[in-house]
Amino acid sequence: MSATDLAANYNTTGKPDSADIQSDVLEVAMGPHHPSTHGVFRMDVALEGERIIKLKPVFGYLHRNHEKIAENTSYLASMPYTDRLDYFCSMTNNWAYALSVENLAGLQVPERAEYIRVITAELTRLLNHTCLVGFLLQDMGALGTPLMYAFREREKILDLFEALSGSRMMCNYMRFGGCRCDLPAGWLEQAKLVVANYPRFLDEFERLLSENEILIARTQGVGVLPRELAVNASVTGPMLRACGVNYDIRKVDNYGIYDRFEFRVPLGDHGDVFDRYMIRVLEMRESLKILNKALAEIPDGPVIDPKAKLRGFRPKAGEAYGRIEAPKGELGFYLISDGGPNPYRYRVRPPSLINLTILEDMCLGHTVADVVVILGSVDIVLGEVDR
Amino acid sequence: MLGTGIIKGLAETARNFIGSYTDPERLVTVEYPDQKLPAKENARNFPFLVFDGDDWEKGLRCVACQICEKECPPQCIYIEKSKDKKPDHLGKPQFYPAIFNIDVSVCMSCQICVEVCPFEAIKMDTAFELSTGDRFDALLLRKDHLAKSNDYYNSIHPTEAGEIDARRAEERAKAEAKAKADAEAKAKAAAAAVTEKPPDPTAATAQKTNPDAPSPEPPKAN
Amino acid sequence: METLEEIKARIEAAVSGAQLEILANDSPSGQRSLLVDDNHALTVAMFLRNDPGLQLDYCSNVTGVDWPDKVEKIKTKVKKVVDGAEQEVEETIEKRTPGFLEAVYHLYSMSLKHGPAILRLRTENRTDKVHLPSLTPVWRGAEFQEREIFDLYGIVFDGHPDLRRILMWDGFKDHPMRKDYVEPDDYEYEPTPHAEVLEKARAHLPQPQPKEASA
Repeated sequence: MSATDLAANYNTTGKPDSADIQSDVLEVAMGPHHPSTHGVFRMDVALEGERIIKLKPVFGYLHRNHEKIAENTSYLASMPYTDRLDYFCSMTNNWAYALSVENLAGLQVPERAEYIRVITAELTRLLNHTCLVGFLLQDMGALGTPLMYAFREREKILDLFEALSGSRMMCNYMRFGGCRCDLPAGWLEQAKLVVANYPRFLDEFERLLSENEILIARTQGVGVLPRELAVNASVTGPMLRACGVNYDIRKVDNYGIYDRFEFRVPLGDHGDVFDRYMIRVLEMRESLKILNKALAEIPDGPVIDPKAKLRGFRPKAGEAYGRIEAPKGELGFYLISDGGPNPYRYRVRPPSLINLTILEDMCLGHTVADVVVILGSVDIVLGEVDR
Repeated sequence: MLGTGIIKGLAETARNFIGSYTDPERLVTVEYPDQKLPAKENARNFPFLVFDGDDWEKGLRCVACQICEKECPPQCIYIEKSKDKKPDHLGKPQFYPAIFNIDVSVCMSCQICVEVCPFEAIKMDTAFELSTGDRFDALLLRKDHLAKSNDYYNSIHPTEAGEIDARRAEERAKAEAKAKADAEAKAKAAAAAVTEKPPDPTAATAQKTNPDAPSPEPPKAN
Repeated sequence: METLEEIKARIEAAVSGAQLEILANDSPSGQRSLLVDDNHALTVAMFLRNDPGLQLDYCSNVTGVDWPDKVEKIKTKVKKVVDGAEQEVEETIEKRTPGFLEAVYHLYSMSLKHGPAILRLRTENRTDKVHLPSLTPVWRGAEFQEREIFDLYGIVFDGHPDLRRILMWDGFKDHPMRKDYVEPDDYEYEPTPHAEVLEKARAHLPQPQPKEASA
């Protein structure tokens, strides 16, 4: 069996097997019941002492066959199911799906709806990165304190989402051609208040963590991912940018109205866990810049394309692939339509699953404790990995 | 010095701890169930059926068009149409649901049934304290559990309900004005027909021109 | 990025013997794809990745699609001997177009920031000739996605370093995402007010026997 031409020490046999190893090899399954594996996720590891010599991720415990359900339901009825893919970031999931259907059917989105989409997507990015920092620190042993501070901020954004769409997490807010409903009275002021208080929280977090010797010792130099391997393994999102590759779909595709906002793309030098953590903190600051501008400039107008139909929506036969920069990476939807009310093929391109491809390469030679930290920095959500 | 980072972090934690006694921003715990967070107007939990007036069966807005049943993603709604009709708020006779069940163990609170309903009959409730001891039967909500009054709807979603009430009142006023105008026009036409006909001595026509005979009138709206 | 016709011409010049076809796409997205034959798919993929003008080094998405057999009923006039005399009789003939399984690759370039270029690979039929070359040696990111297509559709990728089921468990039979998949009805259930679940459950569980009346 030929391995790929870019990773030399890449174990190609299926399961960890110790038939030909002389020393004591221990095969352990980490998970699926595990407090640090971010969901029902299993890793079959072969350990020599504390060092990993082979790691195979096993998932499918949360497989709900979302793609087959979508073949039997209409386009609109699949929208609530997309909320449940990456259940932390439901607004960006909704946007990716709505974008793909708009590409498929050729619908136009009014300007106010575009601004609302950008605002909710950047709030979701803040949510997700806050959560990630909290969970990463929790996995490292800071049992609860950074997580609780992170969740305190997250609650404010969830309150905003509840006032906007009715539900904190499963928002079901985007529609094909715009958004479901307009902003309620007082929402913009509330959002501006939350965004204005966020830098104080970020500063606090940085004072709490970024010079912490334990954090630095546990994350610098751990889980290094070389650039070429990252690109070849289709890694996207903050993991890719931590390796120094400048590829942010907001800048490359310019979907929505992102070309109107000035924001930088933070890049890392080393590709280790510390870089991924710092990239996410820096991305939060860039998101705040976008939010400030969008909240100030949002125009009035309709929030949905008047030509969009709610019921009886039948796009022409054809296919489309739409993608956005979700907080975890590139989230894409590939839709094939046969002219009927249900899609013929509905595919979700999950960033978490594809970022897991090189988990083994990053973990070889590290200890078990490092594996937990590296997995935390990959930022997976099993709802997306398994669909 | 090794350890400055950790000490800075501990100083931050201390600030949060001391601050939780003085700054309301830092102490975010709400002692539920003694204290409750203020309810948001747009929140949604499970659907309910709206009825106008006092009698829930007579005032139910649902006309069993079954659109929500078709559009529901997990297909948790089950509707059976009635055989007879009853008049709605505009006076037009409409079907009503003989059976309307929602299986809340399946419902995912997506609000699509509310969006597609053309009659403002199903809306989202905000009640979330719904625990019950029965796992199976109590999770199927039937028509009598689902029907809640328009006053309740006004109390949980005042803005929406206010707009809908204003619109329905307008429609009712228009329908009544139209019905009155139609009745007047018909009466005028009937009177004109009576005066134009010449008096005829034959018995057949005598009955027609008899002013005491009741003239046919269109059925009045309730 | 160059147009699909230009890319096709360059591939045909670089990889001899490759049979390519551009497939149309009627939807407003206008993303047309390039159908490649199995034997040359690996070489074409290497060319696309290494060519300095294209540098499609990022395989974003690998999808499996199932196109079942199509049966068309065509009415034709056939000369037949009926009652001793030759007549023209109308008959309906069933025309069967064989179905196939397909793998669709969406390729972008991270160095040149362009894309997408869409590659399609098709199997010969859905039953026994379901082998396709794996493009994992070219793009490592296709590894898990090709495993998923193997798991859910049944396409066997030759040259894949580790081809086994990924989402379903190891002993699972059949391929769930195919259009003709029939799910088994003896899965674990919970009694809910949904009547059809209760019906299916009754078919599988032993019914309580009526007590015999004592004589």
